[in-house]
Amino acid sequence: MNASLTLVVLMALMYASGVYVMLERSLTRVLIGFLLVGNATNLLIFIMSGRPGNAPIVTGTSLDESMADPVPQVLMLTAIVINFGITALLLALIYRSWWLARLGDEGDNLGDEHVDDVPATSEAALRSSADDEDAVQESLDEFGRGTDDSGAPEPTVAPRSSEGETR
Amino acid sequence: MNALVPLIVALPLLGAAIALGLGKRREPQIVVSVAALVAVAVISAILLVLVDSEGPAVVQVGGWNAPWGIVLVVDRLSAIMLLVSALMLLGVLLFAVGQGLLDGHAETPVSIFHPTYLVLSAGLFNAFIAGDLFNMYVGFEMLLSASYVLLTLGGTGARIRAGVTYIVVSLVSSLLFLSSIALIYGATGTVTLALIAERLPNLPGDVQLILGLLLLLAFSVKAAVFPLSFWLPDSYPTAPAPVTAVFAGLLTKVGIYAILRTQTLLFPDQPFSMLLMVLAGLTMVVGILGALAQADIKRVLSFTLVSHIGYMLFGIAIGTPLAIAATIFYVVHHITVQTTLFLCAGLIERVGGTTSLSRLGGLLKSAPFVAVLFFVGAMNLGGIPPFSGFLGKVALFQAGVQEGGAIIWVVIAAGAATSLLTLYALARTWNMAFWRPRKDVLAYSSATLAALQEDPEDEGTVLKKTVSPLMVGTTTAMLLLTLSLTLFAGPLFDVSVRAAGNITDPSTYINAVFPNGTP
Repeated sequence: MNASLTLVVLMALMYASGVYVMLERSLTRVLIGFLLVGNATNLLIFIMSGRPGNAPIVTGTSLDESMADPVPQVLMLTAIVINFGITALLLALIYRSWWLARLGDEGDNLGDEHVDDVPATSEAALRSSADDEDAVQESLDEFGRGTDDSGAPEPTVAPRSSEGETR
Repeated sequence: MNALVPLIVALPLLGAAIALGLGKRREPQIVVSVAALVAVAVISAILLVLVDSEGPAVVQVGGWNAPWGIVLVVDRLSAIMLLVSALMLLGVLLFAVGQGLLDGHAETPVSIFHPTYLVLSAGLFNAFIAGDLFNMYVGFEMLLSASYVLLTLGGTGARIRAGVTYIVVSLVSSLLFLSSIALIYGATGTVTLALIAERLPNLPGDVQLILGLLLLLAFSVKAAVFPLSFWLPDSYPTAPAPVTAVFAGLLTKVGIYAILRTQTLLFPDQPFSMLLMVLAGLTMVVGILGALAQADIKRVLSFTLVSHIGYMLFGIAIGTPLAIAATIFYVVHHITVQTTLFLCAGLIERVGGTTSLSRLGGLLKSAPFVAVLFFVGAMNLGGIPPFSGFLGKVALFQAGVQEGGAIIWVVIAAGAATSLLTLYALARTWNMAFWRPRKDVLAYSSATLAALQEDPEDEGTVLKKTVSPLMVGTTTAMLLLTLSLTLFAGPLFDVSVRAAGNITDPSTYINAVFPNGTP
């Protein structure tokens, strides 16, 4: 069996770095590690299929010499689909655990479907998110200007934003 | 007979699709999923009878003969596993329905729970009848993906934390399994088990060793063999009671089944006998020592689960036909009794409001029937004669004594000690939760109780709920099933002996898949 050295080195590198990244605490890195190791495994299957370059099609009646082995390609496709599904699930889990970490104990008591029932809580979560800080600031400014123009009392904004910061 | 084989996987998958399509209409969904599992249970029973009298059923899917196509094989071992797991899945499903009807389906939301549960069943059945390694991998992935969803149902903090541990560990073992499939394909040019069995002995010894160890490593994570077992007690107990029951009863046994199948079929010379023996002893002792330190009933049971995996591994390590027969008997016993005990824990959680021993008490008075259910199950698991737990252990030890040798005697001693300690852990659980008067709970203080470790996710709440006749009825029916294993131990052991005769002689399997000789 012939195998390309480049592919073997690449596979080894992906296995090594994947395992290394998987050992991190952050879930996102665990996911990246899983993707690396998963694709390294796909490469391994590919390497096992022998010399690349030919189509996996039987042309003659007997075994064609120039035919690539189709079985590993089928195995790879299946493995890719499975990895894809699991990645989607992991992403959902990571998002969920991020959400719970932001909400703290409140998050433990609230299912996703109940969040709409308590707008203040979900808004608080939104505001405490560092990523959305600027967008929130902008909308707050706009809201502030709006109240100035209409002459409505200012304090309606203040308690909610301070609540957001304490959480 | 062959037409029945694909139905075992197809029916639950079809049921899952219909249940998913039915959306939030609960009653039809329940009917569909119960019907699918009843059908599989009936088919498995028929298959067991037919296979036992006529020899293995082999289906070349799509008309492509092995090794080109996918081959499904049901021999006696597969049929036994199919029947037992179908009955367990059905019982737990009925329990979940009973619990759901009481709670308004809060714990097990029907629209998600039923389709996922059926996919889990299909994956499990597929792993048992797979005739090639890759199909087995697909079965594993089906049941694992479903189990990820079931474990994190509801998405509370505790479940997400437990789920992430479980998922990452399972993923690593799946990738190891896939890598070993790739290497085996590279070495032998096939993934069909029967053909690998034919070609593997011609490989150099070191290549065989690496392939065997990789497979063993991947399956050991799934079967929770020490030292790869630490994920289990942290992840199982947080799930809803029926989900924990089905995981504890069946998921680790798929790993044991895979080890049993590959070790007997691919490595009939038993190159890993000594390694498995050492692991078996360590799994038993370390697991049960963990159980002794726990204050939470579900965690006690999870640790006994890990510990008793050691017995099955011990049987595989000895490897004689008698030992394999004893292993098969023990697997059947352990699947039923462990599932029943976890369902009992679910009942305790409802009538007592918690599963922590430090806050339970007086249940003998308030729920005498649950007390009886748990007591009988616990004595069975602890190996008190005349229950099947005792018979299984005696058969294993007999097989060990026949083989002889210092290491086997050490493991037998460890097994006997583990059995006693299991009895101690479960008797203590029963004493604390049922026997102890209710008024003693607050006033009671003991060094033992203070030293026990609580569930880290336990918030110290006591929330009692009612139990429905359906829940108690299913648990009772399953307990009666475990007792019938004692009553019908003779015929069951005879089937196990015949199944062991099948699988300890790989040529039976190879000839069944390739009636005209291997290509």
